[in-house]
Amino acid sequence: MSRRMDIALCVNGERVNETVPTRISLVDFIRDTLGLTGSHVGCEHGVCGACTLEVDGKMVRGCLMLAVQANGANITTIEGLTASNRAAALQAAFHEHNALQCGYCTSGMIASALQYIESGGAANRQKIREHISGNYCRCTGYQAIVDAIESVIEGQENS
Amino acid sequence: MKALDFDYVRPATLDAALQELENTDANARAIAGGQSLVAMMNFRLAQPERLVDLSDIAALRFVRDIGDAIEIGAMTTFADLERSELVGEHFPLLRAALPHIAHPSIRSRGTIGGSAALADPAAEVPALLLAANARLNIVSTAGSRTMDAHNFIVGTYETALKASELLRSITIPKPPANARFAFCELARRHGDYAMVGVAMAADSVVPITNLRVVLFAIGDTAMRAAAAEAAMDGTAREDAGARETALAALEELDFRADLNAGVDTKRHLSRVILKRAFAELTE
Repeated sequence: MSRRMDIALCVNGERVNETVPTRISLVDFIRDTLGLTGSHVGCEHGVCGACTLEVDGKMVRGCLMLAVQANGANITTIEGLTASNRAAALQAAFHEHNALQCGYCTSGMIASALQYIESGGAANRQKIREHISGNYCRCTGYQAIVDAIESVIEGQENS
Repeated sequence: MKALDFDYVRPATLDAALQELENTDANARAIAGGQSLVAMMNFRLAQPERLVDLSDIAALRFVRDIGDAIEIGAMTTFADLERSELVGEHFPLLRAALPHIAHPSIRSRGTIGGSAALADPAAEVPALLLAANARLNIVSTAGSRTMDAHNFIVGTYETALKASELLRSITIPKPPANARFAFCELARRHGDYAMVGVAMAADSVVPITNLRVVLFAIGDTAMRAAAAEAAMDGTAREDAGARETALAALEELDFRADLNAGVDTKRHLSRVILKRAFAELTE
């Protein structure tokens, strides 16, 4: 009989009240309880980055946070980043540069890239690679992903 | 894998948290950033029955100037520390190490106290504490005590913390005016656990004075290369013979293989990073 707790939080701008097992991870809660399956589960120990999403304005690993720890938190998933157009430039660039194939890494990749761009990261391929080194991609070989991120930053600089 | 079941509490104050840990019926374990502990729970390598979440305790999250030192609260996140001007000014070893500590999404929740209390042999923080002559400030319901870093770090995932104690803060003495530092880490991918790493500090390099050479990811714990330090202490920075003796003294250390590399590789790479770190220290 698993131990359960009530949590109240905000997800993509909407108030959520649920009773959850203490042991469920934030990303499992987001996916299985709330049906927001845009965030993905990969390694469950923080290295692959597929679960990266925003909590209280910071990008975090959804697999290394418990849902009960998110009581009172403000969460934005890839669905929220899309609805608010916050990821629009990145998403368009990923599409244009063919920066995804299976798409499994993509939501976490976009979250990480967004953090880099929004904190004023430079259009420097080495620095971009360092920043996304915690987001594994098995399909693309990363080149197109770096191209896409670089193009968004250069696009901002030129606009 | 998914974690096993457990009770979860999130006390609002340090006193409440200490009471939770004192309650011997509960078999409780503190959770700080969770960036190591939740991973271990997901692997079921850790199976706490009760988690005491420290993240609401604002009194544990700070960086302050206390005159001849800076004091860092145990729950201060690596992201906080990246932004801290006091760290930049008075703890340059940490500033140098921060980009190597996992990834930005992990640094947003991982804490310096959590890393210190875990004593992962491949982690940067224990090595930084040894190199900086840090003092660990510990509390329990019985009171408080302070330990030097070298007494605090006991073994692999083992510190001097008792089950009912919490690390409250870390005190970093401000380095003297002519102090020099070097940090070097090798990993397969940026942000991976280190294959080998070194944190190095000296009060001066004219001549080399009070040298600390702390290696990590090579053995059971972060460790000072005492023989290497002795070979170079008091020597001129250009003294290549002293440097060669120091590098040879690495042989005395107790290297252990891990998932990243075998003993021969670690021994070889330790020489590589020590050379680089000596060059950076004395430039």
